[in-house]
Amino acid sequence: MTGNKIQLDKNGNLKHFLTTEGLSQALLQNILDRAESFASVGERAVKKVPLLRGKTIANLFFEPSTRTRTTFELAAKRLSADILNLNISTSATSKGETLSDTLHTLEAMHCDMFVVRHANSGAAHYIATQVAPHISVINAGDGRHAHPTQAMLDMFTIRRHKKTFENLRVAIVGDILHSRVARSEIHALSTLGVLETRIIAPQTLIPKDVENLGVQVFHDMDEGLNGVDVVMMLRLQKERMRGALLPSENEYFQRYGLTSKRLEKAKSDVIVMHPGPINRGVEIASDVADGERSVILQQVSHGIAVRMAVMAMTMGRSPEDSGEVS
Amino acid sequence: MRIIIEKGRLLDPANKLDGKQDLFIADGKIVGINKRPDGFESDLQIDAQDKVVLPGLVDLCARLREPGYAYKGTFQSECQAANSSGITSICCPPDTKPVIDTTAVVDLIHQRTRDAKRSNVYPLAALTLGLKGEHLAEMDTLRRAGCIGVSNGLAPIESTEVLRRAFEYAHSCGLTVFFFAEDYSLKNNGVVHEGPVSTRLGLPGIPETAETVALSRALLLVEQTQVKAHFCRLSSARSVSMIAAAQELGLPVTADVAICNLHLTEMDIADYNSDCHLIPPLRNERDRKGLIEGINKGIIAAVCSDHQPHDADAKATPFSQTEAGASTIEHLLPLMLHLVNRNEIKLEQAIAVLSSQPANILGVDKGTLAIGSDADICILDLETSNSVDKELLLSAGKNTPFKGWELPGQVTHTLYNGNVVFNKN
Repeated sequence: MTGNKIQLDKNGNLKHFLTTEGLSQALLQNILDRAESFASVGERAVKKVPLLRGKTIANLFFEPSTRTRTTFELAAKRLSADILNLNISTSATSKGETLSDTLHTLEAMHCDMFVVRHANSGAAHYIATQVAPHISVINAGDGRHAHPTQAMLDMFTIRRHKKTFENLRVAIVGDILHSRVARSEIHALSTLGVLETRIIAPQTLIPKDVENLGVQVFHDMDEGLNGVDVVMMLRLQKERMRGALLPSENEYFQRYGLTSKRLEKAKSDVIVMHPGPINRGVEIASDVADGERSVILQQVSHGIAVRMAVMAMTMGRSPEDSGEVS
Repeated sequence: MRIIIEKGRLLDPANKLDGKQDLFIADGKIVGINKRPDGFESDLQIDAQDKVVLPGLVDLCARLREPGYAYKGTFQSECQAANSSGITSICCPPDTKPVIDTTAVVDLIHQRTRDAKRSNVYPLAALTLGLKGEHLAEMDTLRRAGCIGVSNGLAPIESTEVLRRAFEYAHSCGLTVFFFAEDYSLKNNGVVHEGPVSTRLGLPGIPETAETVALSRALLLVEQTQVKAHFCRLSSARSVSMIAAAQELGLPVTADVAICNLHLTEMDIADYNSDCHLIPPLRNERDRKGLIEGINKGIIAAVCSDHQPHDADAKATPFSQTEAGASTIEHLLPLMLHLVNRNEIKLEQAIAVLSSQPANILGVDKGTLAIGSDADICILDLETSNSVDKELLLSAGKNTPFKGWELPGQVTHTLYNGNVVFNKN
C-alpha cells in the first residue's frame, strides 16, 4: 500500500513515522517490543538512557496540545536528546513565511528530528517530502488523517493485557469522521491481525466507504459492544454540537455513552481505553472511566515508552547501540 | 500572406470532411480546399504529408491569469502554451481580479488579446456583481462590450431566488449561462471526492450530491425560465444522466467535462498529490466511464482543459491548503488522442468535442475548415509521442498531474488568423 514508500529507508527500516497504514506486522511488533524494553526506564531512579545524546529534536506544534507534546518531550529527554519546543500558531505562518521557510530555518539550526502536529491532513507527509535526507519526521497528529504513536501506545496497552491480537474483537466508539486516532488504530489493528474491528457511531460521524478499511459499522451501541474484548472510546469535541452532526451531549450520552450497564454486553475481561482527555458524562460515565476495566491511565505512561521506541528507531538506533535496558 | 498546406489529411467534423486535400489560405481566411483558387500564388508552403490538418481548437475554459494573477501566468505565456496544443480560441471565466463585471476589465482583456496576437479570447461576464450571488451584474452592457456569455465562475449563488432572476434576466438579454453546479453547503469545505480516498487520507470530502443537488435546482430553473444553459465541468456519471434527461425534455442545455476527469480518479491522489487537487474533484472509475459514455452518446458536447496555471507556492503546502487546479492546456489534445488510442473515443468525436461543438456552444464561427472561415488551423503529427516533462512546459504553471505520462500526437504548426503562431521545427 502507499505510505510506506516514504516511511522506510532503502533497507526497510523506519525513517519517518507518519501513519500506521502500510507498515508490516513485523515492524509494528518490533515497535511494541522496543517500547517494552523502554517501559522500565521510567521506573528507575535515573530515568535516562544515552541513546540520542547530542541529537536535537524539534517539537513543531502548529496546533495546540499539552499532553501529546509533553509525552514527546519526556520521551526525548529520557533518550538524552536536546528538545526544542515550537508552538507555531497559524497566524505566524500567515505573515508571509511559508511552511517550507519554517522548515528550512529549523534545518539550518541542525535539528535531527521533527515531531509535527498540524491541523491539516497530510501535513506530516508533506513535511517529510521537504526535509533534508538526514532528518526524521514523526507525526504527532495531522488533521483527521493519522496519529500513529497514539495508535501504537494503544496497541501496546492491548498487547500487555491480551498478549496476542489474533482472537480479539475491538470496538471503536465515537466520532470516527474527525478522528485521526481512529484511522491509525484501524490500520494498526488490521495489520496486527485482530479478528474483528467494529466502529460504533451515528451515521453523521462515520466517514463514507469506511468499510473499505476493513471494519464493521454499527449504529447501535449494545449490538456493537456484544462480545468485544476491547472498547476504545473517542473524545467527542464540543463543537460537533454546533453544526448538524449531533443534537446534544445528553442525547449522545444516552445513545453512545459508555456506562457500566452497557459494558456488560462486552466480555467480562474487557478493557476500556480512551486517548484522553475524557469528557465525563458525555462519552463515558465516571464509574467506567475510574472502574476496574479502565486502562486509561496506563495508556498515558505507555505513551512515553512507545514514543521513545519510535524516536530511537527512526534515528537508526538499535538496542545494542548503548545502555538500553535488556 | 498566402499559405498552402499541402497533402495533409483534412479532418473537419463540422463539415464531415476527412480526406487528403490541399488547403489554401489568403489574408487570414480559408479560400480553397483541394482546388487552387484562380491566380493563387503562395508565399509559404507547409508540407503536411502524413499529417492531419484540423480546425484550430476551441477551449471552453482556461484561465489566462490576467488581470490579477500575472505571477501565475500571462496572456503571452498561456496563449503560447495553448498554441503548442493547436488551441486558437479560448473562453475565460469571469473570476479574474478584478472580476469581469465592468467594461473596463473586458477592454483590458481585449487589449491583452490584441497584444498577444495568438488566440481568440472570449470572456464570460459575471452573472452577479463581484460573483457574490447577490445582485445582478450589468449583463447586457458587458455583452455589448464583447462578453460571449455569463457565468458565476466557481462562486456559489446560495439564494435560489437570485439564481432564478439571474437566469430570467440572462434569457431576456439572449445570453447563455455557463453554470458550474456545486452546492456550497454540501461541499462544506471539502477538497476531494467523498469516498474511500477521502476517508483513508482524512481529507474533507465533497459528496456527489454537492453536484447533483445544485444541478437539479438549476435544471428546474432552466425549465422555468427557458434560459440557454451550458453546464460546465461535470464530474459524476449521475450528472450525465440528469443532463440527458433534460435534453430529452427539450430543454436548451449543453454540457462539458474537464480533461482531467476523463483520465484521473480519486485514486490518483495517492498520498496527497496536490497536483490532483481539482475542483470539481476527481471521482471514481464509474464516474470517469460515465463521462466518457456521455461524450460518446453526444450528451456532453465539449471537453475543456480547465487550465489553471499556478505558481509553485500555491501547491507547496499541506493538501487541503493548496490551491485547486491543474496546468493542462498544452496536453488537452494529446490527452484526447490518448483516449482515442485506448479505444475509448473515436478520433472524429475527439476532434469534434475540441472544435466545432464548443464553437457552437459559444455561438462563434470557429472550429471549422469551411471556405470563408478564419484560418485558425492545427497541423498534427499522429505518429509522434512525447513524455510529459514539467520543466518543458510552456505554461508558467508547472502543476501538471500527468508528469511522466507518454502521450501521443505532436502539433507541428498552429495558425491563428492565417499567421503561423506555433512551429515545432
